[in-house]
Amino acid sequence: MSVEEAKSENWLRPSPRLLVLRRLEVAALTLVALIVMGIAASIGREAIWLACLGGTLLLGLGMERFASRRYHSWGYAEREDDLLVRRGVMFSRLSVVPYGRMQFIDVSAGPLERSFRLATVRMHTAAAASDARIPGLDRAEAARLRDRLAEVGEAQAAGL
Amino acid sequence: MRSPDVDGWHRLHPLSPIVRGGRDTITVAFLLLISLLGARGSSSHLIVEIGIGVVPVVLLFVSWLVTRWRIDGDDLRIELGVLRRQSLRFPLSQVQAIDVVRPGLARIFGVAELRLRTAGSSGAVARLAYLTAHEVEPLRVRLLALAEGARKHEVPPEPEAAIEEHVLTTVPTGRLIASILISNVGILAEVVLIGVIVIAIFSPAAAAGVISAGALWIFTTLTLVWRRFNQEYRLSLAEAPDGLRLRSGLIALSAETIRPGRVQAVRMVEPLLWRPLGWCRLEVDLAGKQRSKGEGQAERRPLRTVLPVGSRALAEELLERIVPDRPRVQSPPPRRVLWKSPLRFHMLAWGRSETCVATTSGRIRRVTVWAPLEKVQSLRRVQGPFQRRLRLATVHVDTAGHSVHAAIRDRDVSEADRALAELSELARAERRAKRR
Repeated sequence: MSVEEAKSENWLRPSPRLLVLRRLEVAALTLVALIVMGIAASIGREAIWLACLGGTLLLGLGMERFASRRYHSWGYAEREDDLLVRRGVMFSRLSVVPYGRMQFIDVSAGPLERSFRLATVRMHTAAAASDARIPGLDRAEAARLRDRLAEVGEAQAAGL
Repeated sequence: MRSPDVDGWHRLHPLSPIVRGGRDTITVAFLLLISLLGARGSSSHLIVEIGIGVVPVVLLFVSWLVTRWRIDGDDLRIELGVLRRQSLRFPLSQVQAIDVVRPGLARIFGVAELRLRTAGSSGAVARLAYLTAHEVEPLRVRLLALAEGARKHEVPPEPEAAIEEHVLTTVPTGRLIASILISNVGILAEVVLIGVIVIAIFSPAAAAGVISAGALWIFTTLTLVWRRFNQEYRLSLAEAPDGLRLRSGLIALSAETIRPGRVQAVRMVEPLLWRPLGWCRLEVDLAGKQRSKGEGQAERRPLRTVLPVGSRALAEELLERIVPDRPRVQSPPPRRVLWKSPLRFHMLAWGRSETCVATTSGRIRRVTVWAPLEKVQSLRRVQGPFQRRLRLATVHVDTAGHSVHAAIRDRDVSEADRALAELSELARAERRAKRR
């Protein structure tokens, strides 16, 4: 599809709670690093430690920026015959997975995702390389997507 | 008892444990013989040693006793195991290829192994090792016929005694040897051998050290060369109604049958040193896992060499049979790709027809891949940071084969987008046509 056509698709995004989760992850990591640096600075009492402290803070902000851009790059669109999944900031990827090629769909949720009522939907085809994963979907949306994919997949199933 | 025409439970050939043990059997027998000859007098030692020899034999015998197989409707069922009893069921409609393999020891005992490769995500391989040589061929024909019938939901056609086959090509031994000598494995082996010889001339003492230190290396390289030669010796490709047939082997014979329409992708490899001679190599990729447990080095390849070495014209002729209606013209990428891939720029190209996509890449080893659109599992468009700067993108064409990958590398963004749209459209049309 051309770029315009791809833009005209009805792109859906993961739940905004995924962004909150990612930001919390970055914040927690930065906080731990800051505490370690802070202790080092209070013991060392040298300018270099203060610079490190500032650097860590900047790094944390940069990671937040990256996480948010990465969140916004995720998207999926259900078309008539295939599912489009796009992702990636540095390496932008767009996968086209025909419904008929889906072998099975799995819905998984890690402990963090579960506490945010999120789930990851992953489509598997016979090719190992095809990679269609949508993280951070609302639980209800994940269930809807799973059922819909299973339904169309069965209707359009093609052999190997 | 083992007649394949009666649909009951069958056993494998009684000698199969010995053959399956292969080299180990020979080693154990040899060691036992030595110790028997050496240990005179001390009878207690003798008993222990005989015990060591007898226990495996008993175990192998028991494993043979509990292994049985039958054809049950559209399935092949195999039962095995004592403590962990397994009942395996292989749906014949999913069979991708049937191979008959006869290692050296099996040939001495007149037995052969039948191997079915299925397409399941586990890539399971059904192995019947070993059956009497003369019953393997009718069984293979029967299984293939059943597989065709199972696929079409029809009554399987009566297996004919001999289905006529049309031999397409056989590799001349001289050319095979020459091609291996200038292949990467061959050159490695030559370098190692020449190195050893040179050292031996200048200082024999050092040579002994080198050989003993690098024995494993030297042995491995030579084994690789030998295996390749053995596998591809007099490889002949034949076309039969039930699929493509490959026969090859010097010591270990193998006969493979690839069912029609099971080829996921074909690739043509042209290494640097082969190119001046106009030689190339053709390999086809089948569905199935690359490695599964309990398979030896030789079996773990869904990639089948159809033509180990041959002229371009011969390869074209074979390609015509395997992928009809393939794209003739391949278009080069835009000039600015020189910045990103200066080496392989001159080789990068892609083309498509209504049913097939072709891509070429690789500077030293030029690889051309043909993937039938009917087999496309998914399409991916990937753009890295450097590619974005140059407004380029790569489109990957994923098939269920695991070794061959078609990638339309480094195209202009608009061209890549167009390719993605066109290919997904064409693949959909192909899928629909097939479903009907």
